Amino acid sequence: MKRVKVAALSFLVVVVLASALADLIAPSSYEHQFREMPNARCSSQHLLGTDALGRDRFSRLLFGTRVSLLLAPAAALVSAGLAGLIGGIAGYAGGGLQRIVMAGTDLCLSLPWMFLLLTIRAMLPLNTSPAISVAITFALLGCLGWAGAARVVCADAQKLKSAEFILQARATGCGGFRLFLQHFLPNLGPVLLAQFWISIPTFILAEANLGILGLGVSEPLPSWGGMLQELQSLTLVSARAWVYVPIILLVATVSCFHVMMQREEPWA
Amino acid sequence: MFFASADRALASDGWNSCATAKRIGLAGLKCGARLLGLILLGGFLCATLVRSSPGYGVEEEELDSRLNAESVKALRDARSSEGSLAGFYVQYWKQMLHGDLGFSRSLQEPVGQLMRERAPGTFKSVGVGLVLGWALGLPLAIITVMGRSTAVDLGANLLASVTLCIPAGVMALLCVLWQVPGRLVLALVVFPKVFEYTRNLLLRSAAMPHVVTARAKGLGPLRILVWHVIPTAASPLLALGGISISVAFAAAIPVEVLCDVPGLGQLTWSAALSRDLNLLVLITLLISAITLLANSVAEMAGNREVTETA
Repeated sequence: MKRVKVAALSFLVVVVLASALADLIAPSSYEHQFREMPNARCSSQHLLGTDALGRDRFSRLLFGTRVSLLLAPAAALVSAGLAGLIGGIAGYAGGGLQRIVMAGTDLCLSLPWMFLLLTIRAMLPLNTSPAISVAITFALLGCLGWAGAARVVCADAQKLKSAEFILQARATGCGGFRLFLQHFLPNLGPVLLAQFWISIPTFILAEANLGILGLGVSEPLPSWGGMLQELQSLTLVSARAWVYVPIILLVATVSCFHVMMQREEPWA
Repeated sequence: MFFASADRALASDGWNSCATAKRIGLAGLKCGARLLGLILLGGFLCATLVRSSPGYGVEEEELDSRLNAESVKALRDARSSEGSLAGFYVQYWKQMLHGDLGFSRSLQEPVGQLMRERAPGTFKSVGVGLVLGWALGLPLAIITVMGRSTAVDLGANLLASVTLCIPAGVMALLCVLWQVPGRLVLALVVFPKVFEYTRNLLLRSAAMPHVVTARAKGLGPLRILVWHVIPTAASPLLALGGISISVAFAAAIPVEVLCDVPGLGQLTWSAALSRDLNLLVLITLLISAITLLANSVAEMAGNREVTETA
């Protein structure tokens, strides 16, 4: 398992580095159109060919990877932050407040997030710029994904409340907001970090699903989801196998995240 | 002596059934309050969105070039006398309670009619997907835990990991490409969640002291599974049942859009693209109410299970 984890980590490092150095590696800009060669095949000039608008697919893949791999963790950060704040306060306060917050969390968990996401996405103005649409898409993902993590954080916070160092801090006169900020929140770090890592692949897949439907990152900015839209053209897919490369990269990356998070369960 | 112990047993039975009834009653109340809250909030949201949507308050009559400014003004005055913001909300609720869900601006049809036409297809797809997903995930998890075979565990884990890592949209596209029914995608989306969660639950349940004792006493694997492992895991499994409905509905959108299946998912997508907020919010409200109801029923059943086990 350790070797598999090392291989997964190495793959992720390579993908992250490639996307970070996209400006240096990519043969052209993601929006540059080679108008004389739309839908070109693989060549030394265009490693993965060009799309219907003549844009280099390899360059778009590199920049799209950057968008997906930069913003999915950002959304996960928003989600973990909200979960830490809401779940932490609920667990810290306990009693009625905890019951109300947990009822709200249950409500959020049982709602169909994809329908909500489409509803909120449809309310954006038509003249929203691509960069803002990216930020809004991932911010929405982050804001809708806090509920599951908040439950875990709340359960952990409840256990922490009866920890000896918290009782000692309380006995020395530390209380209220200071106790929460200085002693409580920092100790929720490990559980928040775990929730952060768990959320990343979920958000990558969510963006991919939105992108396929044409409601993700706006053109001309590339993203994995946006690039998968090309697959809807069946004639193109059946003739050119390299349009599958974004899927392979997406599945491999998400798999690596899952492998990294997997624990070795002992047999019963 | 005998009568005294029998009295005590009867009293204890009575107390248990009373506690069960109380728990179920509380869960029912909670479920009702949640549903009421959602409907009130959703209705308020619907009304707000309809009122603030582009083009609200402008009727086609106003665009008639034969009307002069005074006639247009008279039309607007007549409409403004329909009421204030509060009046609008009251009117909207009255219409909703009478079954009038409004009109879809993009499809030019009543929302109620559109939903009635499309809902059966989606419910059927989701139902088939859930049944297939559970039929694949649950037995595989049981075989993995009880069989203790590395090969089976590896194979099942690989299948679950692969299906978990492919977006539902991509699976739907592959279904179109390979000419396989799109409903299978819903099963493949539900399967890994059911398998992984059930496997972990059963593993935890199988490691409990009473199960180890039963095994040490020489009980058969089937008996251990049915009498000792599954009852402990039943309550969270029921909760998973509720959550898997929400997962299946979410996956129905890309599946219906990409496989061209007319249903609520496709309707939601077209409403989102054409910014038909009234239609979009009402579908979301319907699906939310269904998933919430399913989750509450699962929670109530889980509560009953826990009480009976106790």
